[in-house]
Amino acid sequence: MIRFEKRPQPSQMFSIATPLLAVVTTMFFGGLLFAVLGKDPVQSIVTIFWEPLFGEFAFYYRPQLLIKGAPLVLIAIGLALGFKAGIWNIGAEGQYIMGAIFGAGVGLAFYPTESVFIFPLMILAGAFGGWLWATIPAVLKIKFGTNEILVSLMLVYVAEQFLASMSLGLLKNPEGFGFPGSRNLQQYDSAHNADIIAGSGMHWGVVAALIAVIFAYVLLARHSLGFAIRVTGEAPRAARFGGVNPSRLILFCLGVSGMLAGLAGMFEVAGPAGQITIDFNVGYGFTAIIVAFLGRLHPIGIMLAGLLMALTYIGGDIAQSQLQLPAAAIQVFQGMLLFFLLAFDLLTNYRVRIGSNEVAT
Amino acid sequence: MDLSAINPVILIAALISAATPILLAATGELVVERAGVLNLGVEGMMITGAVCGFIISVNTGSPAIGFVMAAVGGATLSLLFAFLTQVALANQVASGLALTLFGLGISSLMGQNYVGIKPPRMPDVNFGPLSDIPVLGAILFSHDPIVYVGLLIVAGVWTTLKFTRAGLILRAVGENHDAAHALGYKVKRIRTLAIMFGGACAGMGGAYISLIRVPQWTEGMTAGVGWIALALVVFASWKPWRVLLGAYLFGGITQLQLNLQGAGVAIPVEYLAMSPYIVTIVVLVILSADKSRAPGSLGRIFHASQ
Repeated sequence: MIRFEKRPQPSQMFSIATPLLAVVTTMFFGGLLFAVLGKDPVQSIVTIFWEPLFGEFAFYYRPQLLIKGAPLVLIAIGLALGFKAGIWNIGAEGQYIMGAIFGAGVGLAFYPTESVFIFPLMILAGAFGGWLWATIPAVLKIKFGTNEILVSLMLVYVAEQFLASMSLGLLKNPEGFGFPGSRNLQQYDSAHNADIIAGSGMHWGVVAALIAVIFAYVLLARHSLGFAIRVTGEAPRAARFGGVNPSRLILFCLGVSGMLAGLAGMFEVAGPAGQITIDFNVGYGFTAIIVAFLGRLHPIGIMLAGLLMALTYIGGDIAQSQLQLPAAAIQVFQGMLLFFLLAFDLLTNYRVRIGSNEVAT
Repeated sequence: MDLSAINPVILIAALISAATPILLAATGELVVERAGVLNLGVEGMMITGAVCGFIISVNTGSPAIGFVMAAVGGATLSLLFAFLTQVALANQVASGLALTLFGLGISSLMGQNYVGIKPPRMPDVNFGPLSDIPVLGAILFSHDPIVYVGLLIVAGVWTTLKFTRAGLILRAVGENHDAAHALGYKVKRIRTLAIMFGGACAGMGGAYISLIRVPQWTEGMTAGVGWIALALVVFASWKPWRVLLGAYLFGGITQLQLNLQGAGVAIPVEYLAMSPYIVTIVVLVILSADKSRAPGSLGRIFHASQ
């Protein structure tokens, strides 16, 4: 008989090994899935994981890795801070949208003035938009004890409707021949989040993501607030006795994660996406949840996980055009990854014992 | 604006139909939560049920078989959650999210060849002369069978939880799993069954959207109904009849905003479409003060230490 015995401490080794194990298992079962869909499994996996990095057109795909990875890492870093403390912000997608609307709104308000102050202002506005949207569930949780999971998620749908209303109304391009969507910020120099080195994919969002990684690392490893976050997640009662103020922690964790999600949205709309449209958001806010867990809620881990997830996005696009692999297959693939990760996590927290129970008590 | 176009009798009849998906999903989740498990994957199970029911109905021509298979599909997906939380002892919040993300992906993969097809129609139950009664006939006796099935499930869950030994055991497992384990009840087995029941109900709720409410298949068509159902369980203080009441309230709001859109009210469509979600938040705020009714072991991992 197989039994599980709780480890006194989570295993360090398995903590690093389980994400890798999960990725390998996902590749295997993902390959099976692709085979069921009538595609060559080996070729599909190679196309997804090898082609963007070392294939013939890698020079084009490598910058994409930064472009797609940056928002994922930015959002996931914020989410991880909350998840560590048991504060579940599921509505990053909504905060991402609001950050984009606020950021682009400020930029468009100045059109066509050119000034070096416009882009920094847009960054502030984007961060504010995300922060605002995440503070709603935080305040409601503190004041009324409402569940932040449900409130933050409901606000995603509200934000999506707001985005539709904005792209059809207030922010619509007056010279857009009636098509929905705002002016293209890529054609407005002061507001354009351009590559810092042309063609490298290295835009300001990537810089922000790196700063966020370092900031989160220092916070969690060296700062008392980071300590408060970890204690609250692992032993809430001990945290309260230790003088951690739960309300402040909720405001901080949700606020920061909202801010980072808002920033991600703002950098995306001002750079790679270019304009506010009805379907401008592509679900980074939800994929970032997978990234946060895959990275073990650790800043460095999240950075690697974000790059890996960006790889599946790019590879998925390539597989879609070359092998006619349906776009949804990649979504399933990403979902599978989270599944296997959670399942393998058993090995981190429990010891597997095979054989009957020697001491019957 | 022409509010006289909104006929109250038709509105109430439509409300009952609009409430059915939420009602089914929330009743299932209520049983799961009473067993002490928080499954945030309702949205994923609903959309999977929606696509399973749709595919089977289109291929067999029978909506009834479609609903049965939607329940089977939802329950099958919920087994993944049961495996993660009961066997692999994973965090329930994370597992539920995984289930939703996976369900959304797998449903759009399964349904990609079914976009734009019309499913076979499910005929209304024939009550004979009863449906000719003015007002009451239109409200109570003019629906498809699933509406009544949903009401029967609510009644069944209520009686089971309140009056039967099985219900008592389920509640014991949810209130204090260590005590229930000490009494010799199989906590994991009971919870797995509850999770599967929740999955089946959510699946049927999803199929109601794709087969009767809309009726066609589009990606992500459940649009947060699963999450509203989760909120509804909190709203209802984990009581079946209050789930019914809550579902009708949300059904009413959904239907009213659709009718207002149709009537051409001066409020933009997008802001009307936000209303069910905002109302959910408002209701949560009003009712979250009293958490005392929540099952004692809700969301906690059970591991029988030896």
